[in-house]
Amino acid sequence: MTAPAEVLAVRGLTKRFPGVLALDSVDFTARAGEVHALVGENGAGKSTLIKVLTGVYHPDEGDLTYRGEPAAFATPLAAQAAGISTIYQEVNLIPLMSVARNLFMDREPKNRLGLIDFRRMHTEATRILRDYGVGVDVRRPLRDLGVGAQQMVALARAVSVDARVVIMDEPTSSLEPREVQTLFGVIRRLREQGIAVVYVSHRMEELYAICDAVTVLRDGRLVHTGPLADTDRLTLVSLMLGRELGEVRAEGMTKFTGDHETGTEPVLRAEHLTRRHELHDISLTIRPGEVVGLGGLLGSGRTETAKAIAGALPLGSGKVTVAGAPVRTGSTPAAIRAGISLLPEDRKSEGIVPGLSVRENIALAALPQMSRFGLVSEAAIDKVVETFMKRLQIKASGPHQKVGELSGGNQQKVLLARWLAMQPKVLLLDEPTRGIDVGAKAEVQKLIDELAEDGLGVLLISSDVEELIEGSDRVVVLRDGAVVGELTGDDVTEDRLLQAIAAAAEEAADTTEAVTP
Amino acid sequence: MTVSYEDAVVDKPTVEEPGERGSRRDRLTALAQQHGALVALVVIAAIASLSFDSFATGGNIENMAVSSAFLAVVALGMTFVIITGGIDLSVGSVFVLGGVLAAWGSRYGTVVALLLPLAVCGLIGLINGLLIARSRLAPFIVTLAAMLAARGIMLSITDEGAQTYLVDKKSFFADLGQGKLLGIGVPVWITAVLFITGAVVLRRSRFGQHVYAVGGNEDAAALMGAPVARTKTLVYTLSGLLAGFAGALNAAWLASGVTILGFGMELDAIAAVVIGGTLLSGGLGFVSGSLVGVLLLKVIQNVINQIGSLDSAYQQVVSGAFLVVVVIAQTWLGRRRQVL
Amino acid sequence: MTDLALGKSLPADRAQLMRWLQDYGVYAGVTALLLFNVVFTENFVSGENFRTQAVQVAPVLIVALGMALAIGSEGVDLSVGSVMALATSLVSLYLGYGPWLALIAAIIGGMVCGLLSGSLIAYIGVQPIVATLALMVGCRGLANVFLPQLETVRDDTMATLGTGDILGIPYLALIAAALAALVAFTVKRTTFGRQLLAIGDSRPAAQLAGLPVRRVLIMVYVCSGALAAIAGFLATARLQASDPTSLGNLMELSAITAVVVGGTPLSGGRVRIGGTVAGAILIQLLTATLIKHDLPSSATQIAQAVVIVLAVYAARERGKQ
Repeated sequence: MTAPAEVLAVRGLTKRFPGVLALDSVDFTARAGEVHALVGENGAGKSTLIKVLTGVYHPDEGDLTYRGEPAAFATPLAAQAAGISTIYQEVNLIPLMSVARNLFMDREPKNRLGLIDFRRMHTEATRILRDYGVGVDVRRPLRDLGVGAQQMVALARAVSVDARVVIMDEPTSSLEPREVQTLFGVIRRLREQGIAVVYVSHRMEELYAICDAVTVLRDGRLVHTGPLADTDRLTLVSLMLGRELGEVRAEGMTKFTGDHETGTEPVLRAEHLTRRHELHDISLTIRPGEVVGLGGLLGSGRTETAKAIAGALPLGSGKVTVAGAPVRTGSTPAAIRAGISLLPEDRKSEGIVPGLSVRENIALAALPQMSRFGLVSEAAIDKVVETFMKRLQIKASGPHQKVGELSGGNQQKVLLARWLAMQPKVLLLDEPTRGIDVGAKAEVQKLIDELAEDGLGVLLISSDVEELIEGSDRVVVLRDGAVVGELTGDDVTEDRLLQAIAAAAEEAADTTEAVTP
Repeated sequence: MTVSYEDAVVDKPTVEEPGERGSRRDRLTALAQQHGALVALVVIAAIASLSFDSFATGGNIENMAVSSAFLAVVALGMTFVIITGGIDLSVGSVFVLGGVLAAWGSRYGTVVALLLPLAVCGLIGLINGLLIARSRLAPFIVTLAAMLAARGIMLSITDEGAQTYLVDKKSFFADLGQGKLLGIGVPVWITAVLFITGAVVLRRSRFGQHVYAVGGNEDAAALMGAPVARTKTLVYTLSGLLAGFAGALNAAWLASGVTILGFGMELDAIAAVVIGGTLLSGGLGFVSGSLVGVLLLKVIQNVINQIGSLDSAYQQVVSGAFLVVVVIAQTWLGRRRQVL
Repeated sequence: MTDLALGKSLPADRAQLMRWLQDYGVYAGVTALLLFNVVFTENFVSGENFRTQAVQVAPVLIVALGMALAIGSEGVDLSVGSVMALATSLVSLYLGYGPWLALIAAIIGGMVCGLLSGSLIAYIGVQPIVATLALMVGCRGLANVFLPQLETVRDDTMATLGTGDILGIPYLALIAAALAALVAFTVKRTTFGRQLLAIGDSRPAAQLAGLPVRRVLIMVYVCSGALAAIAGFLATARLQASDPTSLGNLMELSAITAVVVGGTPLSGGRVRIGGTVAGAILIQLLTATLIKHDLPSSATQIAQAVVIVLAVYAARERGKQ
């Protein structure tokens, strides 16, 4: 097999931001008919590279070659017009407009009067989308579609603008397993058509299922590029993490120590939580000192369960008790008073208050306790803030630095401090280590362990299977908003978890290829 | 007929459609949003014509139609602005300025009387648009400032409001406001033509698609190739132009550039647009609804005037209350649709 | 380079200038206007002129205090002018029971308006602009319903309050200063103030942190309504007349200008009371300067429009950081 033609290539690409060297002399080549995986930890430079390729950023140094010619894209639109299409993590379409209008935006078929020809547009849209496994009335607003179907519409749009290069940034992060299969089908077809695909994902199994080549970035530098078949999973992980193979094997992937001493009486008891279309009769208990994992695929109701327990989602029915005392559901203040604390999944928009200082953020929830007659006691706040900044090793220039300026890991620690200041009984952690760098990840994991040892009941949600398995004493498995299994003791293993999820998924799915572990 | 959902489903799509469950309810909600104002208009008009003998008379209807026309033209521009997710608080002042400029210009002939307000008011709209689209300033504050500036300009050309320019009643320009065609006032015809054009532009032109896209999701619209800044600049310019034109028509109708009527018109225009089913958060709306909204407001005003014992101040109270009710309904319906 | 690249890497010195302008520009502006007037305006440095200016700025300043709270919570209160009108009509209606009862009636009226707009915003989720716009229309109408035309107000206590002074400082200015101090203290030192800032910065985060978001938001608009009502009462006392048709017209704009010029960003999360006070003074001085130099009020309006656009423009540059 001869090497396919280069379509898009960069040499010696360097991009600086104030104080950061985001890309340091990186080479990258996308070839026709090749699916090229772009991997690396957060902060490795993947998104910067993509943004340079698609004209969002302009490189400080380095050359970009597109179809054999030197090129420079001034705007994302210019890159798109040249044939470089991007599918973003979040669907970038207009939810209130119809599916067909979204698909044909800016290249609508017109009639002789120069007006949009809706009939032709609808027929065309229906035909195109059928190829992507989307069979809907294209006149309905896009938001009526599921996320997977919306993603497909975005893909169809991206490809149909005569694309030579399709860049996919974590396209499966919100897809169901069956939708992932459809997506893979489409990618294979793109490959056959000679389109270059750049595929960014954290999910190993997906990379090995669909990609031909791989490029690994770390700290803004290129550390490896070559055919994916030549690189096994463990090697790839060690390249991404920059750790030796032996180290990875010996230490495991996470910093969790393992099982905890647990009390016997549950500190949290959630019974029959039900919410229309989202949660169906979910019951679970957490004992003091126990870490209970919540397993399941994205959209299985994990986040909703945590939010419901924390009072952030109104419930149709259900009961939550903490240490035997009932908690009013649907009220965050009530849940917090009872000792339930939630570290939300979306740290940036639901967790931190970015414009306020570290100090104000830590003191936020406990303000009433640190006030008298509505007046804030600065001394009380200073004491708490000092204690927790030291204990959690929060790295900031000082308590008055804005939280928005901190790294992800330190933001997460500020949030933990906010809740620990409330002396909670139960901690609900929704993706506590997502999007934070390796070092901070390990620190947060160690903290979770310590908190459980101190007697807190912990609910852990994580898409990172290793984290979930190694961190939890027990794992409750969800699917479609219902409990479908529970792993205890020696059963808490990666295999059993995947089996539990897969078994559950197979029950519902017609196809057997639902999950590709 | 295009291929419907049922035809396509035969193909066993692999991507499932989870939204189907609430779709009947969805459609009812959408229907309420789109035609609620129309139903209210018909009901109120019916009750009014049964209750007041003088309501359904030719003279009264003619009067309502013509006086609706000016607000309707302003509301048309406002519809475009609100669909992009913006707001234009300057239209009331621009309307007055347009009227004064037209009356002043009418001594130099109809062309000047029309072009002068269009040029000045269009320019104000253009500046609004550029500040909002290019400099990314908040629409309400920019247009609030423009409202003040337009008022300042109007005052400075009328000797601080002391001078009222008159329009020669025999001129062609005056006919634009006072004349009749087939028994119907010329302003009504002009409004009808503008609305039909507006509807076609919004639904069937590429610019119209951009207007919806910008209001629906600005970032996505930019990535899909919609010229976001140009679209925004255009809608504010359009709003300025239409407000100025409405002012000119009004001056022709009244045969003078009145310096006090029209302030606060922005509120009526916004109310009419919102009552007509256009979403204040942008991305959804239609011009026919705004027309219905205007008529509804005018009918209510007329009814209040018919009830002799009621002060005309009640009109404002009712407008405010109506706006509250519609906005609550909209927010509630919108939330319901999201949950499903 | 393209626009995009320029916007991303704004020169550091220009960004710093903009930040400085937003934080301290208002004080520089006030100083500059003062110096200009001291040098070029006749009879500017006199006790009489000082009293005139102070009396005129007081109502705007009081309204701006409430506006600052609303803007700090990432909202805005467009109904303040109409609430002033409602207050003046209530004062006129209840003056028969004595001025203090009239004041209480006015404040209650303002608080009810705030409660209504606050509930719409906090419970129904209506955008603040829209909710307060509806109130703006409704309250003005209601004021006219209560009191159809201008009526003179004859009350000795109110006359003293509106025109009297202590040691040359008008009562009105003292009241405004006291209220400013009270609001500043509330923002800085109370749980309400802290919670308000957190909600203004990130409402979802505040919600999940268990903050009483709805209660705080309603309180914000109730405060704004009460302050507008007090301003309406004081304006009535100063003019010794109730004019529900024109009192408070365009007041929302002056108040927003004062707040924004004073360095409070429209995006919420930050409230600067000192800046707001200076902002109100700046607008007053600007108007006075133009009038004293024989420029008509139309010029004042155009100047104010320019100032407000400049202020939000400066604030925008900071938002990019």
